[in-house]
Amino acid sequence: MIKYNPTLIGVAICTLASSAFAQQTTLTIGTVNNGDMVRMEALASAYEDANLNIQLDFVVLEENVLRQRLTTDIAAGSGQFDIMTIGSYEAPIWGGNGWLVEMGNLPASYDVDDLFPSIREALSHEGTLYALPFYGESSMTYYRTDLFDQAGLTMPEQPTWHQVRDFAEALHDPGNNQYGICLRGLAGWGQNMAIISTIVNAHGGQWFDMDWEPQLTSQPWRDAIEFYVDLVRSYGPPGASSNGFNENLALFNSGNCAMWVDATVAGAFVTDTSESRVHDRVSFAAAPSQVTEKGSGWLWAWSLAIPSSSNNAEEAKKFIAWATSKEYSDLVAQEHGIAAIPPGTRISTYENAEYLAAAPFAEMTLKQMEKADPSDSTLDPSPYTGVQFVAIPRFQAFATVVGQQLSGALAGSTTVDQALNNSQQLVRREMVRGGYID
Amino acid sequence: MNAQDHNRRIARWLLIPSVVALFIWMAVPLGMTIYYSFQDYNLLMPGFRQFAGFGNYQYFFSDPSFIAGLTNTLVLVGSVLLITIVLGTLIAVVIDQPFYGRNIARVLIIAPFFIMPTVNALIWKNLIFHPVNGLSAFISNLIGTTPIDWFSQYPMLAIIIIVSWQWMPFAILILMTALQSMDQDQVEAARLEGAGPVDIFRHIAIPHLQRPLIIVIMIETIFLLTIFAEIYITTGGGPGTQTTNLAYLIFQQALLQFDVGMASAGGIVAVILANIVAIFLIRVVGKTLAEH
Amino acid sequence: MKLHSQKVAKELTATVLCWAIALLIFFPIFWMVLTSLKTEIQAISMPPQLFFKPTLENYIGIFERSNYTRFAWNSVVIALGSSIIGLLLAVPAAYAMAFYPSKRTKGTLLWMLSTKMMPPVGVLIPIYLLFRDTGLLDSRLGLIIIFALMNLPIMIWMIYTYFREIPTEILEAGRMDGVDTRQEIMTIILPISMGGIASSFLLAVILSWNEAFWSLNLTASKAAPLTAFIASYSNPEGLFWARLSAASTLAVAPIVIFGWLSMKQLVRGLTFGAVK
Repeated sequence: MIKYNPTLIGVAICTLASSAFAQQTTLTIGTVNNGDMVRMEALASAYEDANLNIQLDFVVLEENVLRQRLTTDIAAGSGQFDIMTIGSYEAPIWGGNGWLVEMGNLPASYDVDDLFPSIREALSHEGTLYALPFYGESSMTYYRTDLFDQAGLTMPEQPTWHQVRDFAEALHDPGNNQYGICLRGLAGWGQNMAIISTIVNAHGGQWFDMDWEPQLTSQPWRDAIEFYVDLVRSYGPPGASSNGFNENLALFNSGNCAMWVDATVAGAFVTDTSESRVHDRVSFAAAPSQVTEKGSGWLWAWSLAIPSSSNNAEEAKKFIAWATSKEYSDLVAQEHGIAAIPPGTRISTYENAEYLAAAPFAEMTLKQMEKADPSDSTLDPSPYTGVQFVAIPRFQAFATVVGQQLSGALAGSTTVDQALNNSQQLVRREMVRGGYID
Repeated sequence: MNAQDHNRRIARWLLIPSVVALFIWMAVPLGMTIYYSFQDYNLLMPGFRQFAGFGNYQYFFSDPSFIAGLTNTLVLVGSVLLITIVLGTLIAVVIDQPFYGRNIARVLIIAPFFIMPTVNALIWKNLIFHPVNGLSAFISNLIGTTPIDWFSQYPMLAIIIIVSWQWMPFAILILMTALQSMDQDQVEAARLEGAGPVDIFRHIAIPHLQRPLIIVIMIETIFLLTIFAEIYITTGGGPGTQTTNLAYLIFQQALLQFDVGMASAGGIVAVILANIVAIFLIRVVGKTLAEH
Repeated sequence: MKLHSQKVAKELTATVLCWAIALLIFFPIFWMVLTSLKTEIQAISMPPQLFFKPTLENYIGIFERSNYTRFAWNSVVIALGSSIIGLLLAVPAAYAMAFYPSKRTKGTLLWMLSTKMMPPVGVLIPIYLLFRDTGLLDSRLGLIIIFALMNLPIMIWMIYTYFREIPTEILEAGRMDGVDTRQEIMTIILPISMGGIASSFLLAVILSWNEAFWSLNLTASKAAPLTAFIASYSNPEGLFWARLSAASTLAVAPIVIFGWLSMKQLVRGLTFGAVK
C-alpha cells in the first residue's frame, strides 16, 4: 500500500505554485478592526503595486478575538501569521520569550530615532526592539466647551480628579440625557483596568511593592476606587459598568457626556465631522492627576511584529517598515487628509505645522505622550514597567478578574471594600502560583 | 445462522463508524486534557512546565468564582428551558389554528433560530438593551420611567432573555410540526362531547407533545450548558461574577490566562458535571419514553 | 349564517393575536435590517428614527473592504460538507440502534450525547496542537471534520427517535418478502422517515453555520467563514452600529433564506407519530 506523505504533497504543490507565480510571497497579517488599521488595509494595495512579488492577506478581527487568536498561534508556534498586530503589553514579553523576530537593521530612511523614546522602550526587551509602532496613544481629558461656557466653568490644562468631580457634578443633567462624566467600566484588563490603574497611580498607589507584594488593599487603592465608583455612579451614564472605549466614544459623539477621560487616539474621532455631533465643541486637557502626576496618563502602542515561526520574515519586515514609515503617513495625508495620519508614534509628526493646524488634539496628545514613562509611573518605586499594566505574563490573568470585581463594585453588586479584598486575594493567589511570592 | 442474527451482525457494523469516530473525538482530546490537567503549564511561559499533582484541581475548586459559575450555569439552563417550553408550547398551540397569512407569520416566528448567537448578542446589546441609545431606553423614556440598565442591573435576566429569544423558535418549530400531526378526529370527538379548548389542550395536546418536548429539552440542555458567545459579547461574565457560567470560567482560564493546566482541570470538572446532568436527563427521558 | 360569521370573527381575533406575536418575535431582526440602511449618526439617534432616507453606503463599504463571497462560500462548504458527512455516519448508526437494540444501546446513546456537553474551550488547546501537527489549521477540511463530529450525536439521536416511530410490522413484512438490509434501509425506512432525516440535516446545517468558537480559533484567512467576517465588524473604534447591522444582515441572510425555503418541506416532513 502506498503511503502518501502530506509534506511531500505539500512540497510538490508549493513547487508547482511557485513556478507558476515566480516566487509570489503571501504575507498573512493579523490585525485589529480599528479605523487606522482598516485604512491601512485599503492603502496597502499601493504596496502590492510597488512590490509585485508580494501579496497581502489581511485577517481583520475584533480586538479581544484577535488577541486570543494571535496568542494561541504564537505560543503554539503554528506559523499561521507572518505579521501580528500587538500592543505594548505583549511586545516585551513575547520578545523576551523568543517568539518575535528582532527589528534591527532598519534602513536609514526609516529614521528609527524619530519614534518616541517612550514607545521605543515600551516595545523593547532588554534593549532590543521587537515591534514597530503603527499608532500610539496616551490618555487625556475630553470636555465640551459649550457646556463649560454655559455653566461658567473653566477647565485647567492639568486638572485634578477632584476638580473633575466638581465639574461633573455641575454639568450632570440626566433628565436631558447629559451626563457629567463618562469613564470605562467594562471589565477587562485593557478596559476598566486601564483607566483605574491611572487613577490609582494618580492617587499615589501601585500594583506591587518592591517585594512583589500586591497592594490592592492599601490606602491609595481604597481612595482611588472609592472615588472612581462614587464619581461614575453619581455623575456617569446609566450602564457604565458595561461601557468600554467604544461605548463611551459613541456616547460622547452623540453629545451625552460633558467630560470623558480616555485614549488620545479618540481625538481624531470626536473631531470628525461625519461621526461626531460635537466635533466643533470639544477641547482637550491633560489626564487628571491627584497627589501626583506620575502615571496619570497611560501609554499604549498598536504595533506590528513578526512571529519567529513565520517563513517570510524578511518580506514581512519590509512591509512593516513601510506601514510604519513617514512615507506611509504621507500617503494617508494625501488620501484622507493630514489629520488622519496615525498619531503618537513619530516626533516629526508633531513638528509638522500643517498637522498641528489641522489636528486640534495634537498638542495635548504630544504633551501626554512625552509625560508618560512606563519605567517610572508610580509615586513609590515599583518592580515593574508599564503605566496601566504590569508587564509580566500573569498580569492578563489577575487583571481580568480584578476588572470583574471592580465592575461588580461599580454596578453595586458588591461593596468597594469587598471587591478590593477579593481582588487582593486573587492577585496574591496568582502571584504565589507564578512563584513571585510565597 | 438465521436471517435475524445475520441482520444483527450487519447492524453492528453500521454502528461502528460512528462509535469509533465519536470515541476518537472524545478520547484523544479527553486523554490530552486529563494529562494537561496534572501539569503546571502556561502557554505564555514557555520552558516552564512540571508535574502539578492535583494542584490545578485544588486551584480550580478554590477559585471564588467556581460556586458562582456552577449556580449561574444551572440558573441559566433552568430558566431558559422553562421560558422556551412554556411560552413555546402556548405559542405553538395558538399559531396552530387557522388565521390569515399563517405561513408568513410562522416564517417570521422561526427566524431568530437561524441567527448566529454572536449576531444575536450584538443586536440585543447595542440596538435594544443599550441604556442610552437603545430601544428599551426609548420605550422607558416614552412611558416616563428611568431607562433600565440591563447589563448591570439585571445581567442574568438580560442574558436569559437573549438566549430564550434564540431558542424559543426552535421549541415552537418542533412543537408546531408535532401538533399538525395530532389526530384531528380525536379532537373533533372531544369537542362534540363538550370539551373546551383547555381540556383539549390538557388531555389531548400535552400527551401528544410529550415526545417532541423531550427532544426540545434534550437538545436545548446540551446547548445551554455550554452557552458562551452571548455572555462573552454582552457582559464578559460580569458585573462581578453574576453571569459567569462554567463555560465562561474555563474560557477565562484557557484563553485569557492561557493557563492550560488549570483550564484542563476545569474542562474535566465540566465533563463530569455534564455526565451527571446527562444521567439525570436520561433517567427522566427514559422513564417518559417507557410510559409512552 | 350566524355560525359562519362567528367563525370569521374567531379567525380575525386569531389573526390579530398571532400577527402580534410574530411581529414581536421578529422585531429585533427587522430592526437590524432597518438600522443597516441608516447612517451611523441616524443609527444612534434618540428617539430612534423609523422613517428616513435609506442608504446603501454601509453595504457598499463592506463589499469594498471585505471579501464577502469568500467568507460566505467557506460557510456554505463547511456547513454542507459537515452535515453530509454527519448524515452518512448517523443514519446507519441510528438504524442499528433503533432496530437492533441491545442492553448497551441506551448507555451508548447517553455517552454520545454527553460528548456534546463538554465546553469546547476546555479542549481547544489539545485540538489546536493536534491540528497544527496534522496541517489542518485554517483548512475547510479541518472544520468539516470538527463540525461533523460535533453534530453527530444530535443527528444520531434525532434520527434514532424517528426510526423508533416506524412500526416493526412494516419491517417484518418486508423481511418476509426477503429484502436485505440495504434494500430495507433504502426502500422502506428512508422514504418513511425522510422528513425527520431532512430536519436533522437542516438542524446540523444551521448549527454548523452559526458555530463561532471553533471557526474563529482554528482558521486564519483561507478557511475563515462568516463568523470571522462578523468578528471583523464588531466593536471597532468609532461608531459602528449601522455597519455592524449591515454585516450581520449579510452574515445571516443566506441561512435565514435557506431555512425559510426548507421550512415548508420541514413542517410537512417533521411529523412525529404520523406513521401509525
